[in-house]
Amino acid sequence: MSAHSQPLLQVDGLSVEMDVAAGQLRAVSDVSFEVGSGRTFCLVGESGCGKTMTSLALMQLLPRKARLSARRILFEGRDLARMPPREVARLRGDRMGMIFQDPMTALNPVYTIGDQLAEVYVRHRRASRKQARERAVELLERVGIMSAGQRLAQYPHQLSGGLRQRVMIAMTLMCEPSLVIADEPTTALDVTVQVQILQLLKKLQAEMGMAIILITHNLGVVARMADDVAVMYGGRIVESGSPAQVFGRASHPYTRGLMACMPTRGEAGPGQRLGSIPGTVPSLVGELQGCAFRNRCAHAGDDCGHGVIAMRDAGGGHHYRCVLAAGAESGRHAVQEALQ
Amino acid sequence: MLQFFIRRLGVSLLVAITVSVIGFALLRLSGDLASALAGETATPEEIARVAGMYGLDRPLYVQYFDWVWGALHGDLGTSLFSRTPVLELIVDHLGVTIALALCSLLLSLLVAIPLGVVAAMRPNTWVDRTALALAVFGQAIPNFWFALILIFVFAVKLQWAPVSGSDTWVHFILPTLTLGLGTMPAKMRLTRTGMIDALSSDFVRTARAKGLSARSVLFKHALRTAILPVVSVSAVSLGFLLGGSVIVESVFGLNGIGQLAFQSISQIDFPVVQSILVFLAFCYIFLTMLADLINARLDPRIKL
Amino acid sequence: MSTVMDANLADARAARKDPASPRAIMRRRARSHVGFLIGAGIMLAAVLVAVCAPWLAPYDPYAQDLSKTLVDPVWTTGSWDYILGTDALGRDYLSRLIYGARVSLTVGFGAAAIAGVIGSLLGLVGGYFGGRVDTFVVYVLNVKLALPSVLIALSLVSIVGGSITAMVVILGLLTWDRYTVVTRSVVQQMRSNEFIHAARAIGASHTRVLFREVLPNVMNQIIVVASLEIAIVILIEAALSFLGLGVQPPTPSWGLMVSEGRAMMFFKPYLIVLPGMAIFLLVMAINLAGDGLRDITAPEGRA
Repeated sequence: MSAHSQPLLQVDGLSVEMDVAAGQLRAVSDVSFEVGSGRTFCLVGESGCGKTMTSLALMQLLPRKARLSARRILFEGRDLARMPPREVARLRGDRMGMIFQDPMTALNPVYTIGDQLAEVYVRHRRASRKQARERAVELLERVGIMSAGQRLAQYPHQLSGGLRQRVMIAMTLMCEPSLVIADEPTTALDVTVQVQILQLLKKLQAEMGMAIILITHNLGVVARMADDVAVMYGGRIVESGSPAQVFGRASHPYTRGLMACMPTRGEAGPGQRLGSIPGTVPSLVGELQGCAFRNRCAHAGDDCGHGVIAMRDAGGGHHYRCVLAAGAESGRHAVQEALQ
Repeated sequence: MLQFFIRRLGVSLLVAITVSVIGFALLRLSGDLASALAGETATPEEIARVAGMYGLDRPLYVQYFDWVWGALHGDLGTSLFSRTPVLELIVDHLGVTIALALCSLLLSLLVAIPLGVVAAMRPNTWVDRTALALAVFGQAIPNFWFALILIFVFAVKLQWAPVSGSDTWVHFILPTLTLGLGTMPAKMRLTRTGMIDALSSDFVRTARAKGLSARSVLFKHALRTAILPVVSVSAVSLGFLLGGSVIVESVFGLNGIGQLAFQSISQIDFPVVQSILVFLAFCYIFLTMLADLINARLDPRIKL
Repeated sequence: MSTVMDANLADARAARKDPASPRAIMRRRARSHVGFLIGAGIMLAAVLVAVCAPWLAPYDPYAQDLSKTLVDPVWTTGSWDYILGTDALGRDYLSRLIYGARVSLTVGFGAAAIAGVIGSLLGLVGGYFGGRVDTFVVYVLNVKLALPSVLIALSLVSIVGGSITAMVVILGLLTWDRYTVVTRSVVQQMRSNEFIHAARAIGASHTRVLFREVLPNVMNQIIVVASLEIAIVILIEAALSFLGLGVQPPTPSWGLMVSEGRAMMFFKPYLIVLPGMAIFLLVMAINLAGDGLRDITAPEGRA
């Protein structure tokens, strides 16, 4: 956390509710975190834990049936939660951008790459088409696309998955936003390409200095990319801190369970069972009492069923939401190695 | 592009030939066209005379090739009833039908697309439900009945429009309303479905994430993709309007192809009927090719 | 070999009793879908009216009474003798309307049945075998689509006359294209599914696979198309009868009644309003039911 200046983004008490047939779904409950300038913040969790909803809420891109409420969402000093939608729309694409998971469906199939790249620049910088095209070429080259000039006239379906994702990244960076939200940017790609894209993001961050919120369910990605990490479960943040703290001294039983699921070199041999967390995610409809994880937790007790479990401080910026004591050093070799 | 043309042309040619054979043979199915023409009380000699007069005593394939040969030279035969060349008859009546068809198509699109867009933007609200109800109503109303009601209300009671005839453009108002509003519901529903899908699609979400204006998101991104199937449907609809306008033309006394065909069918004027059938089929084939071309232009994913 | 397949099919049938099975889901949806219930309800009523016509109609629809021509309906005269009035030949309008339902429904269902069989067969075969067979099916389809149906119907009726049987057959032969388009596309999508490969792998013949594996899965779509096509046929029959080249007088067809009443429509509007409303209501009911069916049988996950 940068101590000398205000964090770029301060989220305080963000909640998202959705109208569903069975009632009110609490997709996100009282989420708070900070993202410093130029740092990478990872939001980890399994499908349905609310991480995508959180990111959409920040950009005010929630679906129709969803409602956002927050104490504050301070971005570059301005409160997004109190801003009229039109002003937030002006920030989108300009000061903050979003990279989506599937570049095939996220790009419009009937317009050229050049067209889709240029329109962001024209919109926010009032640039001419020529200036926008030049900027587009510049950015395509920065994301490592060769013969960028010719690519401008191509259509999304003519490119490979990796290339498309690079285009998406270029598109997001056209106006040099200070915050980029990447929602599972590598999940839809081949494994070999995944690494390239992540490296590209790291390189661009070093060059352009933007903050990245990286949403993923892949702990390996977190290990590679994160400066700060928060684990989400059932719409809440259950643990946050640096990767070394969260993975090395996992304190919340869910995080511990996640770590146990990862095969570790030297520890798991052929024929040995991988860890798994029994049970399923509970329904998030209606009021939630106590800890959302308790029906799957080996250590659940009476205290876990009442009220809202508060975040506990485990020291040095490491927080976790559990009534139990903080975890000891756990020998997660794989993570340690990745962190070196 | 050229490959597309050649391939399509080949397929269309085969279809066109088949259609011409069917159109040619249709009226001769009754068994004996000659006796039908000669009348019920005709003697065998009279029937034979009629047959000879119209060349009906020759083998069918000879008659067919004779007709095709003539058609390729612009001679589609002569009307049995009015003694005028069929080609001339068709050309004379074509203008009215084309005008009516185009105006009706335009009207239906002008109503259907905005309605579909608005309904899609607010799904399940009263706007949407009203639009859908209108569509259900529109698809259930028999067009001939709707035409009569329009005449009753606007021409007779309110005296705003003339009852029938095709002299001036004013005469086209009620017929256009009948056909246009009758074909509107299908296009509206298609637009609505397409827009609902587009508005919830990933690429529209990307467009919003880029901070583009609401208008840009709606028209440049959503509508542009949603409109593709409407184009194909419009081409087919135009083909149908050309061929199926017989009812509206009959009710409003318009002298179009439909009216000509109807009269000729009633009078067993087979040279006219077979030419009209084949002509309309050719129009349809051409229109679908046009629709494919337009689709390919609009959607870069389609390879010709 | 066949006992293994029969056992598998029996398993599948047993699975249908399971409450989460597609059948149960559909039944639940059907019970709460307003449009479907209204549409199906009206349709059922129409069928009942048509079937019970001899007992429901107060008069013989063909019986003329030239002393009682053009009597207004009850809301003008106040007399309940002829509830919906009489036509120009003194025939009771209510009775003719009731019997008219028979014509519309017979032609509608009859033609849809014929068209359904022809169209679905073509689509099944084309979609399943692909290759040359499919090319041929597409060619036939294109020829059919190019021909102007209304004019061909008119021509055929002028040749063979306008009996109800003729209408059923002619309209059946002219409205099968939608079935082909839909079944062909559905079967093509199914071809990539494993179960067809699986059935062939255990030695089922093409015919067996087509009729016992593929057809049941396409059936839903066929029924949805059929329900909407019935409405279309009813409208075409009404239009043809209106033009005079459809059902012939004195048979009571609603379209024919509109045409017969046209001459006096300015003075006796009920003559065209009533039969027109009948067509409108029946067609709307069928469309509602058909749309409802489409919603009900849609696979899970569609909003």
